[in-house]
Amino acid sequence: MKTENPKRLVLCAAGADPVAFNALIPMMTVVNYSVQETFGDNVFFWQGLDWFEQILRSERFHAALGRQFLFTFLILIIEVPLGIAIALSMPRKGFWVPVCLVTMALPMLIPWNVVGAMWNIFTLPDIGLLGYFLNHVLGVSYDMTQNPFAAWVTIITMDVWHWTSLVVLLAYAGLVSIPDAYYQAAKIDGASNWAVFRFIQLPKMKTVLTIAILLRFMDSFNIYTEPFVLTGGGPGNSTTLLSIDLVKIALGQFDLGPAAAMSLIYFAITLLVSWLFYTLMTKDDLN
Amino acid sequence: MQKRSIVPVVYILFLMLPIYWLVAMSFKTTNEILSGFSLFPQTFTLENYATIFTDPTWYWGYINSILYVSINTVISVAVALPAAYAFSRYRFLGDKQLFFWLLTNRMAPAAVFALPFFQLYSAVGIFDTHLAVALAHCLFNIPLAVWILEGFMGGIPKELDETAFVDGYSFPRFFGTIFIPSIKAGVGVAAFFCFMFSWVELLLAKTLTAVAANPIAATMTKTASSAGYELGLLAAAGTLTIIPGAIVIWFVRNYIAKGFAMGRV
Repeated sequence: MKTENPKRLVLCAAGADPVAFNALIPMMTVVNYSVQETFGDNVFFWQGLDWFEQILRSERFHAALGRQFLFTFLILIIEVPLGIAIALSMPRKGFWVPVCLVTMALPMLIPWNVVGAMWNIFTLPDIGLLGYFLNHVLGVSYDMTQNPFAAWVTIITMDVWHWTSLVVLLAYAGLVSIPDAYYQAAKIDGASNWAVFRFIQLPKMKTVLTIAILLRFMDSFNIYTEPFVLTGGGPGNSTTLLSIDLVKIALGQFDLGPAAAMSLIYFAITLLVSWLFYTLMTKDDLN
Repeated sequence: MQKRSIVPVVYILFLMLPIYWLVAMSFKTTNEILSGFSLFPQTFTLENYATIFTDPTWYWGYINSILYVSINTVISVAVALPAAYAFSRYRFLGDKQLFFWLLTNRMAPAAVFALPFFQLYSAVGIFDTHLAVALAHCLFNIPLAVWILEGFMGGIPKELDETAFVDGYSFPRFFGTIFIPSIKAGVGVAAFFCFMFSWVELLLAKTLTAVAANPIAATMTKTASSAGYELGLLAAAGTLTIIPGAIVIWFVRNYIAKGFAMGRV
């Protein structure tokens, strides 16, 4: 049971302070830019909501947003079922458990620009392992710097390589928390494998899967470094995801006003979709 | 060997392939890499690694990265401990809202914050220091640490606190000598995730540094553009960035599954 104790707010403040310093001040700066026009030298003109209107109507923004949703959708429908399948077939005890956990977690601990660079040299058409294999052994013409479809397949494969383990580890943690008695009861009832999965394992994994889907959504929606290093948004604009476009506008063209407005719209979409996911997936618990 | 263990084996092979390629490249000379495809290094060389370990701009990149990651891990866990205690033990006005707000900071794209961060830290006068990067990474690491620790603390019965206070323990003494040791695993898991997310994040780290606190990632990008395209050297640098993560994960391997099982992270 939790008790009322307003004095302990002090303890919370200790944690909230550094976060507030990092979140509120930059956020206010962004809001500030989003309603003004500047030509440098700290001279600002009031602009109202013009930037927001301009961004919301711009085809470039719609295209980047569309690509972003497509990317996030694709990696979610690949990584979640794949992660569950791998977790189901992992050993539950013995020597191989730590070996599996450590090797599977390894990709998540590699700095993101190294992940991009690594996939870059892995997929070079004539001297990369994957590129050479596809072009010269299988005879499939593959060059992700020329072909938008190949570029998409590559960034999706890279993300599956990088983050499926997160779903695996979370699902696995949910699975090992199921007591043996449940399985014994299922055996006595003569339940099929599918029934065991549907009525015992899946409900037990629900909380961790909610977290996995939420985390994968947030992180894939904000992804920047890996696709930027791998494809640079190309060929053309075919893999320019939302945050790559944002950085192009903000730091490349130094259009601070539109970039700030775009940041706020971007953040609002992330919050809204996360909230929707969260409410939908926890709805049953409340009833 | 059961039939189904084929799935994890194939998956691990898939994970290891790009890593193998990176490591193999790091032992090749640049000439060999550019001249054609070879599965194994033909002329095995340690020259790429020698360059990194003898050139200060290279090895200082690693030292800088490890420094700010360590500072960040210490700050995040130290600050998150009391905050998580408050969230797990007390109810107060707006506690749920405050908790949700903490979590929303994990959703903010780093790209959104890069420029304001640069201005803020320049204004405060700590631009290009390890502290700047460590503090900036607190934005997403403190919420995460609070979330993980709150889960572990929820598993400790409140009677422990009450008994200690009846026995005459002061709050700091109880917290330091009884409470923290009883959630050791949680502290380990939280520290691991803070280390991980600070180690892999580069956009903010690169934005907030220029020379003195340059992370290894910035050194890598600079080399890639200035000195031609030295693939072997880049591969060696990339290989070395995998090692600290591998060491840390080996230490916490037994706690990881438990940490995930709390339903957190």
